[in-house]
Amino acid sequence: MCLAVPMRLIKRDGDAGILDLDGVQREVSLALLPDAQVGEYLLVHAGYAIGTLDEEEAKITLQLLKEVADHSEARHDFS
Amino acid sequence: MTSPEAPYGRGAFGNPRAVAGLAARIDEAARSLGRPATFMEVCGTHTNAIAAAGLRRLLPRSIRLIAGPGCPVCVTPVGYVDRAEALARRPGIIVCTFGDMLRVPSSTGSLERVRAEGGDVRVVYSPRDAVDMARQNPSRRVVFLGVGFETTVPTVAAALDEAEATAVSNFLILSGHKVMPPPLRALASDPEVAVDGLLCPGHVSVITGWRAFAFLPEDYGLAAVVVGFTPTDVMRGVLDLVRQMAEGRPEVVNLYSRVVTADGNTRAKALVERYFTPEDQIWRGFGAIPASGLGLRPEFAHRDASLIEVDVCDPVEPEGCRCGEVLKGSINPPECPLFGRECTHESPVGACMVSSEGTCAAWYRHERFSQGGAP
Repeated sequence: MCLAVPMRLIKRDGDAGILDLDGVQREVSLALLPDAQVGEYLLVHAGYAIGTLDEEEAKITLQLLKEVADHSEARHDFS
Repeated sequence: MTSPEAPYGRGAFGNPRAVAGLAARIDEAARSLGRPATFMEVCGTHTNAIAAAGLRRLLPRSIRLIAGPGCPVCVTPVGYVDRAEALARRPGIIVCTFGDMLRVPSSTGSLERVRAEGGDVRVVYSPRDAVDMARQNPSRRVVFLGVGFETTVPTVAAALDEAEATAVSNFLILSGHKVMPPPLRALASDPEVAVDGLLCPGHVSVITGWRAFAFLPEDYGLAAVVVGFTPTDVMRGVLDLVRQMAEGRPEVVNLYSRVVTADGNTRAKALVERYFTPEDQIWRGFGAIPASGLGLRPEFAHRDASLIEVDVCDPVEPEGCRCGEVLKGSINPPECPLFGRECTHESPVGACMVSSEGTCAAWYRHERFSQGGAP
């Protein structure tokens, strides 16, 4: 439940941020991270950005999530 | 108090060389330690990462990894779910919840069953969605099920803040929020558990900061590391815990320093403080732990769904279920007679099998054939 996904902040208007993950964009609240800068990778949990992370950490995490998802799908296909 | 990051590769799932190299180093360190060690991870995401990557099989026999109370859905007591169900049966109320809670067993069924019987239970991705739902349904009260640890509570506090600022008066919370330090203190003082070190929860630490875990070495002499979620991260953490034990100098080492700071997210902590205050909470497996939960402050009683009167019976745990012992790390899932027989992922009996982050679910998915688990 404490899973958090890295997304990149591409636009902000007050506390409303538009974040991007692999071309998929969604609105995320910046109420818990008011100093977030456009271009930064943010850790998103339950619709809110809760922390920042550097690009390398973001890529490692995204790769991990993708591999876990692929792994789960593969298991599902054969079960 | 922190050590510099070790120069190991930081690949994601697919960096078997780094993981194998770390396994060899752990083996060597464990041998020179000369006594067995038990480490507990207290984050459901770590539990799953360890099981999925088969890390237990790479560790020497003298190093035991056990899971603690790191899945918020799993530690939520039956009585909370009973109350949520009773609210969902009231015509004037919409219950909003994260999806994980739907199938958690109550005394008589689950929220999923209440929904099938006509109760209004809706799954939301964010507490903000529940505020929107309250705006769209001004004639009904919207109750958000506040279940989660330090990572999640600030998002609920922010939703409350939005509801207060925009005068959405029909948005309420049923707070079952919990904080990690009190149960960790309970475990550290429990002679039956005998833990030597902890892998601290990564995303809880994003909010609290790693300093929130300094009591582990300072008050209990326990080794502690904050680590990320790749197999390499976890193995580096285990190696560091063995090193701390060998040197006899327990501390909190932050190996997730790209994300976790000493003091965490101060804005999030301030917002939580504004709306919530410590209260005693019941944890499945532990019973009531003083000041282990966060209830709404009295000045926000108008948002407190626990004050709505409903008829609930004394809570009944599923018969034969040993989730409580699994959550304390005193047994592994295969030691429960229901595991893999009556209790499976397809037909779960206990909360630890229901939640995707539960210890039983992780063992069932990844380890039931490798650790003497039930067929």
